[in-house]
Amino acid sequence: MSPDQIRQIIFRLLKRIAPESEPSELAPDENIRRALDIDSFDALNFFIQLHDELGVTIPESDYGQLNTLEEIVHYLSARPV
Amino acid sequence: MAEFRMPSLGSDMLEGTLLEWRVKPGDRVRRRDVIAVVDTDKAAIEIEVFEDGIVEVLLVQPGQKIPVGTVMAVIRTEGAGIPEAGTAGAVLPERPPVEAVPERLMAGEQVPPPAAPAPLQPSASAAAERIKASPYARRLATEHSVDLRNLEGTGPQGSICAADVQRALETAAQLPPEEAPGVSLAGLPPGVAEERRAPAPPVAEKPAAADAMRRAIAAAVTRSNREIPHYYLQTRIDMSRTLRWLEAENLKRSIKERLLPVVPLIKAVASALQDVPELNGYWIDDRHQPQEAVNIGFAISLRQGGLIAPAILGADLMSMDDLMEALRDLITRARTGRLRSSEMTDATITVTNLGDLGVETVYGVIYPPQVALVGFGKTTEQPWAENGMLGVRPVLTATLAADHRATDGRRGAQFLDALNRHLQEPSKL
Repeated sequence: MSPDQIRQIIFRLLKRIAPESEPSELAPDENIRRALDIDSFDALNFFIQLHDELGVTIPESDYGQLNTLEEIVHYLSARPV
Repeated sequence: MAEFRMPSLGSDMLEGTLLEWRVKPGDRVRRRDVIAVVDTDKAAIEIEVFEDGIVEVLLVQPGQKIPVGTVMAVIRTEGAGIPEAGTAGAVLPERPPVEAVPERLMAGEQVPPPAAPAPLQPSASAAAERIKASPYARRLATEHSVDLRNLEGTGPQGSICAADVQRALETAAQLPPEEAPGVSLAGLPPGVAEERRAPAPPVAEKPAAADAMRRAIAAAVTRSNREIPHYYLQTRIDMSRTLRWLEAENLKRSIKERLLPVVPLIKAVASALQDVPELNGYWIDDRHQPQEAVNIGFAISLRQGGLIAPAILGADLMSMDDLMEALRDLITRARTGRLRSSEMTDATITVTNLGDLGVETVYGVIYPPQVALVGFGKTTEQPWAENGMLGVRPVLTATLAADHRATDGRRGAQFLDALNRHLQEPSKL
């Protein structure tokens, strides 16, 4: 899956969690949780939905390195989807 | 006959709008059935009925906004042993039991009571010696700061019924605060107080939902800070053991079954309340009323602003997985769907977790008539001295805001100590 496709999926999932936001306007290096006011419950939901969409299981220990759009896209691109 | 009234779904609720009826006249209803959906300033709530019976008549139309206590329907109660509202008020439970007693327990003969029976009730005789009032009237009075001693009862044997309290509230609304002894105007909806004195101010027809919620929260916290003498205690807790345990647990689980760090915290609060039950309950009628059921109100922030603290009912009886499931369900329904009335009214303590952000210490405002609030900040790595050695540990600051009328600092200290101990043995939680 191309980084662009991954980005589109991320935008769609974030929009579901934060309907009033415009995820596509996020800067690549912006902290997503802070920018969209996402708490730990919604963050877990986001990772669950990523898993449902992409079949990628992200270990809890990796959550810490997945704060920005760039980081998440990079992380997912590096994994076979 | 029993009157089904607009319930008060928390001390900050003054009125509600009927969204829909789930029943029609002639329908048979059972205790705890959802019979209506009501929109409060905070959320749409599914309203449960407290009697078994048959719906006689519905008195309110969907879309109508009515004050708490307004009769919405009449339920024809039936059979022997079913108490009727207004005639046996003193023995009617003030709140519904948290969990229905499982059938097998009811069938058994010598089975001990389940661990989460109905909340403790003031004994009928004790209540009668003081002031005769229906539980609903008491509740209403407490929530609007009305002193029952100043009221004249028109119910059976001169007992005070909800209508008496309602009348007092209406009278109070017509008087300046000084002339209404025992009745606090601040507890009234701003609209009511103002409209009775002067023409309504030219404000927007319908305040935005966010404004309404803000006002509801304002009313609750104002009352809390006015009436509750808070004391605060805090303690730093070494979270290494709990976090290690959690990490190992989550490794074993699929992503959908993973536990959030707040789950062991809630569980530890429930366990610590077993050790110090005084913090679990209410201050009502000038009396400390600890409750047996542990219903942990969990503060949930809403995206549109504001917050709501519905209860995880029977949290002390749940495993970590149950708790995670309950939390997921509660947060999802709080944010998107519907909460049930018992979840809005039955919390016996509140937990607020601001650890998602950088906040280290939470000094909470108690949600009346509860007597305690437990706050959690962010777990951060901090220097930690132990056995003469200095190390770095993940440290969490837990705070307790407690009602000094109900407990003293010593009890509060015991609670935080117990909380710490439980978090040092997460596998036993």
